[in-house]
Amino acid sequence: MIVDVYIELKEGVADPEGEATKKALRLLGFRNVKSVSSRKVFRIEIDVKTREEAEKEIEMMCEKLLVNPVIQKYKIQWVE
Amino acid sequence: MDIDEIKVAVVRIEGTNCEEETVKAFKECGVFAECVHLKQFYSDMIRDNEQRSFNDYNCIVFPGGFSAGDYIRAGAIFSARLKSVLKKDLEDFIKNGYPVLGICNGFQVLVELGALPGFDEDKPISDKPMMALTINNSSKFECRPCFLKHENKGKCIFTWKLGKKEVVMFPVAHAEGKVTFPMEKEQEYVETLRSNDQIVFRYVDRDGNYSGYPWNPNGSIYNIAGICNVLGNVMGMMPHPERAFWYPYTQGRVIFESVIEYMKRL
Repeated sequence: MIVDVYIELKEGVADPEGEATKKALRLLGFRNVKSVSSRKVFRIEIDVKTREEAEKEIEMMCEKLLVNPVIQKYKIQWVE
Repeated sequence: MDIDEIKVAVVRIEGTNCEEETVKAFKECGVFAECVHLKQFYSDMIRDNEQRSFNDYNCIVFPGGFSAGDYIRAGAIFSARLKSVLKKDLEDFIKNGYPVLGICNGFQVLVELGALPGFDEDKPISDKPMMALTINNSSKFECRPCFLKHENKGKCIFTWKLGKKEVVMFPVAHAEGKVTFPMEKEQEYVETLRSNDQIVFRYVDRDGNYSGYPWNPNGSIYNIAGICNVLGNVMGMMPHPERAFWYPYTQGRVIFESVIEYMKRL
């Protein structure tokens, strides 16, 4: 099974990377850009039987390493 | 403890890069100090004479740098490796009153580990991180001297020899140093830190006033530059005292001298 884990900032947490990118895009003339936010994706190949099992493991991975719950949250998307 | 019994370990992994000058600073103050790779504490692939345990030392330091390439988040991988194999040892070390210092990336490691803010005396390492050091408001790597006001009233053992409200100048060099608490608990945490005497340094301008950017290089809440745990023996700070050690900028010495003074009394 392959799954993408998206790590994003919680609402209200400052995102200087997104802000700086937005500024640069607008400078380049992309006037339609309203907002930019950053996120990080980890594509994880995992050898388990069911999606439930995988989700449980990913939850633990996020808790132990991938996410700092003070500022971040995550969501997952199945690739295959 | 006699000064020649004191032993300091500066723990490195791939990507740390301030360990040499940190060791040198301790040595200059007259104590034994050495760089130790994290693996030396747990791996069985290490030669016998290079194996180490936390019990061999009286002080553990996590140095500055970019441990594990700052991947995932600054300090996250270093702290995950600590957590997986040495959490109990480090917890005992802290509970026994031995000093633990994190400078810059080392501060990020202690935060990701849950050793700071360290509100709980009986559980010096929390299960989850309780704060974060996030990307500077400027979105830039801020690398320059900063003024810091010493705010501690005597709990922090790393600033014993520094006068109250004294202002020092240490350099910062980081991209992720903004002290951030859970949004709904910001005020509560600042208040707890204050009432527990856990705030050690705050960024100030050249006149000693709490000011915004560029004096506060990262946008830290309450201008916080360094904090200690509730016991006062674990400190993390973003600025680099080891880079303000040699003539003519020697104010950083006081950090090393203070912790040595503390260890002498153990």
